Amino acid sequence: MTDWRSEARLPDERIAAGRAYADGKVVPATRAVALLEAVLRPGDRVCLEGDNQKQADCLARALAACDPGKVHDLHMVQSGIVLPEHLDVFETGIARRLDYSYSGPQGGRIARMLYGGQIALGAVHTYLELFARYFMDLTPNVALIAGVSADREGNLYTGPNTEDTPTVVEATAFKNGVVIAQVNEIVERVPRVDIPGDRIDFVVAADKPFYVEPLFTRDPAAMTETQVLMAMMAIKGIYAEYGIRRLNHGIGFGTAAIELLLPTYGERLGLKGRIATHWALNPHPTLIPAIEAGWVQQVHCFGSEVGMDRYIRERPDVFFTGRDGSLRSNRAFCQTAGLYACDLFIGSTLQIDLAGHSSTVTRDRVAGFGGAPNMGSDPHGRRHPSDTWMKAGHEAQGVGDPMLMRGRKLVVQLVETFGDKLVPTFVERLDALELARKTGLELAPVMIYGDDVTHIVTEEGIANLLLCRDADEREQAIRGVAGYTEIGRGRDRAKVEELRARGIVRRPEDLGIEPLDADRALLAAKSIKDLVHWSGGLYEPPAKFRNW
Amino acid sequence: MESLTFRHTTEKPLGGTAPSAITGVVASGNLEILLERVLPPDACEVAIETPIAGYGPVWEAVVADFVARAQPGGLRISINDGGARPDTVSLRLLQGARLMEA
Amino acid sequence: MAAPMAAGTDPRALSWYEATARQRVAALADPGTFHEFLPPTERRMSPHLPLFDLPRAFDDGIVVGRARLDGKPVLVAAQEGRFMGGAFGEVHGAKLIGLLRAARDLRPAAVLILFDTGGVRLQEANAGETAIAEAMRAIAELRAAGVPVIGLIGGRAGAYGGGGLIAGACSRLAVSEGGRISVSGPEVIETNQGAEEFDSRDRALVWRTMGGKHRRLIGGADAFAADTVAAFRAAALDLIGRAPAFDLATLEAEQARLEARIARFGDCRDATEIWARMGVNDPDAVPAMTTASFDETVARVAEAHHDAR
Repeated sequence: MTDWRSEARLPDERIAAGRAYADGKVVPATRAVALLEAVLRPGDRVCLEGDNQKQADCLARALAACDPGKVHDLHMVQSGIVLPEHLDVFETGIARRLDYSYSGPQGGRIARMLYGGQIALGAVHTYLELFARYFMDLTPNVALIAGVSADREGNLYTGPNTEDTPTVVEATAFKNGVVIAQVNEIVERVPRVDIPGDRIDFVVAADKPFYVEPLFTRDPAAMTETQVLMAMMAIKGIYAEYGIRRLNHGIGFGTAAIELLLPTYGERLGLKGRIATHWALNPHPTLIPAIEAGWVQQVHCFGSEVGMDRYIRERPDVFFTGRDGSLRSNRAFCQTAGLYACDLFIGSTLQIDLAGHSSTVTRDRVAGFGGAPNMGSDPHGRRHPSDTWMKAGHEAQGVGDPMLMRGRKLVVQLVETFGDKLVPTFVERLDALELARKTGLELAPVMIYGDDVTHIVTEEGIANLLLCRDADEREQAIRGVAGYTEIGRGRDRAKVEELRARGIVRRPEDLGIEPLDADRALLAAKSIKDLVHWSGGLYEPPAKFRNW
Repeated sequence: MESLTFRHTTEKPLGGTAPSAITGVVASGNLEILLERVLPPDACEVAIETPIAGYGPVWEAVVADFVARAQPGGLRISINDGGARPDTVSLRLLQGARLMEA
Repeated sequence: MAAPMAAGTDPRALSWYEATARQRVAALADPGTFHEFLPPTERRMSPHLPLFDLPRAFDDGIVVGRARLDGKPVLVAAQEGRFMGGAFGEVHGAKLIGLLRAARDLRPAAVLILFDTGGVRLQEANAGETAIAEAMRAIAELRAAGVPVIGLIGGRAGAYGGGGLIAGACSRLAVSEGGRISVSGPEVIETNQGAEEFDSRDRALVWRTMGGKHRRLIGGADAFAADTVAAFRAAALDLIGRAPAFDLATLEAEQARLEARIARFGDCRDATEIWARMGVNDPDAVPAMTTASFDETVARVAEAHHDAR
């Protein structure tokens, strides 16, 4: 007889073992290590929650403190490798295999450990792709997650930083897994139920509130004239041209400058209401002036941002909020919105090659992808038209029956030709290829493939790759905006002028923009303090961004 | 420090009468540019002091493009560089020329 | 010499914090009246920096000259905080001292020092330290001769190290919210005393302890200006009109003021405790206050007003 419940009995055994350290579902932080040692089995697939924003840090510390004799060879399936503990577990043997998505601050160390063979790497994913595999072949046995508060029944309030939690819990709790949540406080009654208590097996009262990185705060004081110029070009040459209303922005200074130019330069161009009305975006502080000036109709968020909670509470017409008033974010849904419902993604990168492939991987850092490859890709499953999508599709195809034509999502790379320390952004060959070769990866970690990129904006101009008809035109269009890098200086000048005549390469003057007018005075806010003023005192920036 | 000097012949003198102008600040990623109307009307000289060695060909290209575009005849241009990117150099040169044309 | 201005913006509306030293001077003075001494074309640059393979500036990071302010003749010195943190090197210091000594003969209505400095330039430390001492002596002599010396502080480097000492020697000081006045900088204190004593990355703490609002409330600065050139100009004009005499009575009043300050607040652990003890109703609200409501708060506090220094 087939035993159809051999897996289904497992959570009961694990939970029974864990109960020894719990009062009902509640476990004090001091017993978190014992709890994990009781619940975990060697070889388990474990999701330790953490992404580019919030971290289940109390549980991460507890996992790293487990006895490798009892807990070992885990297969970590998690969004982010961010905390030191996320890698410590691979050094001690607690974990062995890894499938992940993003690693910002640990990019250097993860590269060294990959080279050293301490980590058996499955793949580097996009967020949505990893979430998808949670429901296929990477379903967690145990999920270690983070919430703001819980009641004694385990009903969980994940608050403004809900992020990945519902997805992780869905995959784990409904497929014979055990869910352990760390919370900042145990309360009588949670403000709202983000995760019902019957999906939560244990609640650990954390020793301190979970960590959140203010990753999406860009100080306007650090924006340069060059970034202002590029923002002007993007607004006039792309946003206005294609009438982009539904969009997602990356996290760089260039896109933050666009946000700050909407109420000034955008207003002057008469674009209010015609562009940038619907957003899949974290609550960027630099979006506050555009919101206050009436540009933004609605924003759905992947996560929250430190200091924005009070502001969001007071702007429920713009943000998705619960009946309790606080933001409800959801990374999986917002990524889906970015994929299928946005007409434009615009972001930055560290390297672009002559085919338009881009990567944030450099020789000694593996930063991972996060959500960018998902946002920055043209979804072939899209079926609904929009003027923007159709116009881009026409440009890409030119011939054929219009009724059978696919539209195109605009995927824009906004980069300065040189990065920090005069490192060129444009290269013959991506460092990602070298990394893949050295670590034996089957695929080079490319952030956005060249065939998904539609435009490249630099301080020298805009290259419209949709209009390029062959690989040579594409290469010269890229060289034509690559400035004084070796790639740029290696251009065929006559060919670039021909592309310029066809509108494939456009200079600021072709757009009616005088580079000398690109002044910081155009920024709607020139400092974090200005953003606080725009918000009517509702935005409360973290201390490291203050100068008052 | 690396010193570079480029001399160009222009088709015409730069307009305006300002005898000198200065723009920019020597700071990380920035530079200051001093422009003086002291040369014959068809000559332009650009002298650069930079802490970052090995970018001679890039400076040469930036200066050549600026000269072709602005026709800064009559100017001696002196640059104290703080490690500025080429686009910042271009921008400052054009800002300087605009000040001299005032 | 032509200096850049943001296209299409009113120079007096310029942010003081954002502006360069040259922009500040040009917009502060009556239009077209600034005349620079030792301008960049003179190329009086540091003789020391090339030894360290460091770039130089044509004016060594300080602009000095004469101008008119509301018609009155003034001498002006403005430090460029972005060039080596506005630090005092040999030429930089000599330009300031030369200006102060010239003022003894020229007898202007005032000398304005636009501070923006982290203190002494490490590469030229001996010359820098000497310049600080000579500048303080020159200021004392000028004040004794009846010429007010007004310090304006609102740049990103603040007035630290020797710059903080020279500021303390001035007749009157105006400061903005972004301006900072102290001797030891936040990083120096943290290095010597530990992050538990003073966390230099906690910028709210830094500004609460050394920033413009705190300095104004405890009377360390005599005027609070919004972050515009126009506001600093108005503050400078006002302070010139009410500079204290430089006599024994003033110095004794200053000594008494400082003794009273340490007696009254010496045991406070945070600026907010000091503000509470002064009678500020909601000390935690001070950092976020607008200029107007902060001015009202200052008006109610006794420490902010004195006839000392």
